[in-house]
Amino acid sequence: MNQDDLIKEIGHIRSMMEKSSKFISISGLSGILIGLYALLGAALAYIKIDGIQSGLDYQERTIDKSTVTFLILLALAVLAASLLTGIWMAGRKARRIKQSIWNVTSRSLLFALAVPLVTGGIVCIIWVIKGYYMLVASTLLVFYGLALTAGSVYTFKEVRWLGLLEIMLGLLALLLPGYGLWLWAAGFGLLHMIYGFIVYKKYE
Amino acid sequence: MALDLSLYDKVFENRVRLQVMSILVANDEYDFNSLKELLEVTDGNLASNLKTLEKEGYITVEKRFIDRKPNTRYRRTEQGKKAFENHLTALESLIRQQGR
Repeated sequence: MNQDDLIKEIGHIRSMMEKSSKFISISGLSGILIGLYALLGAALAYIKIDGIQSGLDYQERTIDKSTVTFLILLALAVLAASLLTGIWMAGRKARRIKQSIWNVTSRSLLFALAVPLVTGGIVCIIWVIKGYYMLVASTLLVFYGLALTAGSVYTFKEVRWLGLLEIMLGLLALLLPGYGLWLWAAGFGLLHMIYGFIVYKKYE
Repeated sequence: MALDLSLYDKVFENRVRLQVMSILVANDEYDFNSLKELLEVTDGNLASNLKTLEKEGYITVEKRFIDRKPNTRYRRTEQGKKAFENHLTALESLIRQQGR
């Protein structure tokens, strides 16, 4: 065997180890879109809560029942749009790189994501029932960050950094509940867009 | 460094076997259909190479049924992992040898 054969041989090994254990069909562009949806959602929430005229400073807010319902529906709409976009674009990318979208790695990734996400979702429902609305934004950020950190084992390593940053923003939001919406917009909007851009540049 | 060819493993000269072993070293277990999809090979080709690896004692086979469909899973053995690592070392030293 000559040098080129050997290097090719090691290339086969590397690509199989990587392909079999990491789901790499996540689309960077979908990250950017999801970030946009989150920013749009945050803007709508901001207008609904504070009106267009209010300032950007720290605020203690009191919100009524109908506003809470509006915010929950808004959050669910953003979530649904994000999931659909993410899955659809992952499917497209999977076809392009000839990886199937439902395989060992995507199942492992989903399971790793689901445990912290479902837990966080339930915690948020409990907060809403108990009326601790100001804890929702920070709880979502923290658990979403934990989910990403757990799932990062099965996909791009950039996801781990995204997760850690989300956790930090979430903890910050816990300290400064009045800035919850801003930190939420930064975490789900800005960070997703930056992450999506990096993945797009690097892998697509 | 002396060229140590004793670590070179003829079993892994076949690309399918080498790739199957790479997958089973990177993952605790993998099923037949997922292997087939990843390697893009025919059932017969994959099955016969898996048989060889099993005979060598490099992998273990576990047959079960999920929704009444057969689902065969494969795992590496300690011996298989060791053989794979040795083979990598042999490839590395071959490259180093030729690089000089």
